[in-house]
Amino acid sequence: MTTARTSLIVAALALTFDASPALGQQVDLAGMWSATLGNHEELPLRGDPGVEVGEYVGIPLNDAARQHAETWTPTMHSLLEWQGRPHPVTYAMRAPRPDFRMGAIVDPKTERLIAYTITGLFGRADRTIWLDGRPRPSKYAEHQWQGFSTGEWIGGGLKVTTTHIKYSFVHRNGIPLSPYAVMTEYYWPHGDLLTLAIIVEDPVYLTEPLVRTSTFRRDPNLTIPALQPFEVAEELPSLEKGQVPAYPLGTKHPEYAAKHNLPFEASQGGAHTMYPEYAKRLEELMPASAIPSASATR
Amino acid sequence: MTAPTAARLLAAFIVLAWVATGPLVAQQLGPRTAKPAYDDGNVEALQVQGNVHLVAGSGANVTVQVDPDGLLVVDTSVVAMSDRVLAAIRTISDKPIRHIINTSADEHHTGGNESLSIAGRNVSAGIGGQGGREPARLEGAPVIAHEHVLHRMSGLKGEPARMPYGVWPHDTFYTNKKQLYFGGEVVEMLHTPAAHTDGDLIVWFRKSDVVATGDVFSTVTYPRIDRARGGSIQGVLDALNQILDITFPAFNNQGGTLVVPGHGRICNESDVAEYRDMTTIIRDRIRLMVEKKMTLAQVKAAGPTRDYDGVYSTPEWTGEMFVEAIYADLTSARPR
Repeated sequence: MTTARTSLIVAALALTFDASPALGQQVDLAGMWSATLGNHEELPLRGDPGVEVGEYVGIPLNDAARQHAETWTPTMHSLLEWQGRPHPVTYAMRAPRPDFRMGAIVDPKTERLIAYTITGLFGRADRTIWLDGRPRPSKYAEHQWQGFSTGEWIGGGLKVTTTHIKYSFVHRNGIPLSPYAVMTEYYWPHGDLLTLAIIVEDPVYLTEPLVRTSTFRRDPNLTIPALQPFEVAEELPSLEKGQVPAYPLGTKHPEYAAKHNLPFEASQGGAHTMYPEYAKRLEELMPASAIPSASATR
Repeated sequence: MTAPTAARLLAAFIVLAWVATGPLVAQQLGPRTAKPAYDDGNVEALQVQGNVHLVAGSGANVTVQVDPDGLLVVDTSVVAMSDRVLAAIRTISDKPIRHIINTSADEHHTGGNESLSIAGRNVSAGIGGQGGREPARLEGAPVIAHEHVLHRMSGLKGEPARMPYGVWPHDTFYTNKKQLYFGGEVVEMLHTPAAHTDGDLIVWFRKSDVVATGDVFSTVTYPRIDRARGGSIQGVLDALNQILDITFPAFNNQGGTLVVPGHGRICNESDVAEYRDMTTIIRDRIRLMVEKKMTLAQVKAAGPTRDYDGVYSTPEWTGEMFVEAIYADLTSARPR
């Protein structure tokens, strides 16, 4: 049932976008886009420490992904091979503050748009969205943090499909993303605003598509900082060569639920926690005194 | 409009939307994502970088280095695919194969030795004379391997000798490293002892900045620890860390040194690190349970590979098999 619900949500996005065959480019997305209009679900991602360890609410993760997250420790980021990593494309468009420049690569003779580039994301996780109909790379080709993206004009916006993403994460708290994940994005401009819908499917770690939206505002005064490559340095001299930090199997992280007065079950995520019906379950789990009244939330 | 009519219209709309949006969703999202089939017989050639190319899809990855005077080939896949492998190599270059290197004794890495050797030419033919070599090989490309590979293929280590003997390597070494200069660069063959087997090599093309790893690294399966052939979990980890010592990324932890695994896609340092992390974490989980005197059945029931099975478990080498191999290694009289 929940899968069908997600399908309907996705379908609604698609219908909103107009599923008629591509009519060619109708709008130019090139320019500076500011992420100052972050919505409530993005805000925790934008500050420190970001999404918390043990926080899986609203993520349709399966048991395998949960086990991965429970045994994952942020100390991993101190490993030499981890320090220079940007965020994967599935996360980079959401956090920490994904202001970006959309640049256009144009054929100088025909003025045909060949590709858009997206630059300015955290860690310079720069992207290229190919619009010239080129084929996807071989399944034996190297995967990238930004994956391989192709775009097509659908109605009044751009649909982007990204494959070849590295084995990475859904959230920076150990929820994994397999190298077989596919991300579908819809860039939908309305005047100076841009709605971006991101749909992530992962046959290994997600039981349903993860659908999220963000809003950007066109801002000609936005500046993109200069290239900031990460410098790799020995951060944990006590770590022996080959040692990989991890929590033992069976570890639970109740801190997030306790901090936010949530039942532990709710913090564990799963597709059912994405839907409004879960509010009833929350009422069953939480003492009445812990549930904010309607007036208190206004 | 009466309320019941409105309700029926609403219900009809929902049903229609339900039916109509199925194909639409499929159209919008494309087919559901799935782990693609690798080594499915669809052989293709693609450049890795520099002088190095990958011939993939035949059963094991075949790495091809191009020199103006000929080719160096790392591993030869299964014999049944030799024609397709050769055809793919010919799309890279029509030069003769001059050297073949085996990364292990596995049939799916060495089965094509004879057919690819015969298709090539020995760069030393006519210079060294018979030199104790089998005459037919003088005209073919020599096959280089660690001597343990020859020992296992020829039956010296108690296994049945592999036939035909034309697949045996005939240029072997017993040291930790062998080097040759080919294709305008140093090619290093580094022995990684007691890893996947006791005869594993990783091959480092120093100028092209490419490492061919054989089966100590794969993007599609867990490390195959062949304990009967001298493999061990610690040896695999040592080999993976040795690869990480060689590799260095260009920017944002990608690019730079590229890595051709025994199976699967082209990688770079971060992919090897991911694999090293996974292997280490699973080993540590099992080691902790061994220290608690848990039985193999109890260890399996705890699911130490559950979070990685979707990526690395295959019918041929499942997560359970991987657990069994590590458990046996850690509880044996001679754990490494």
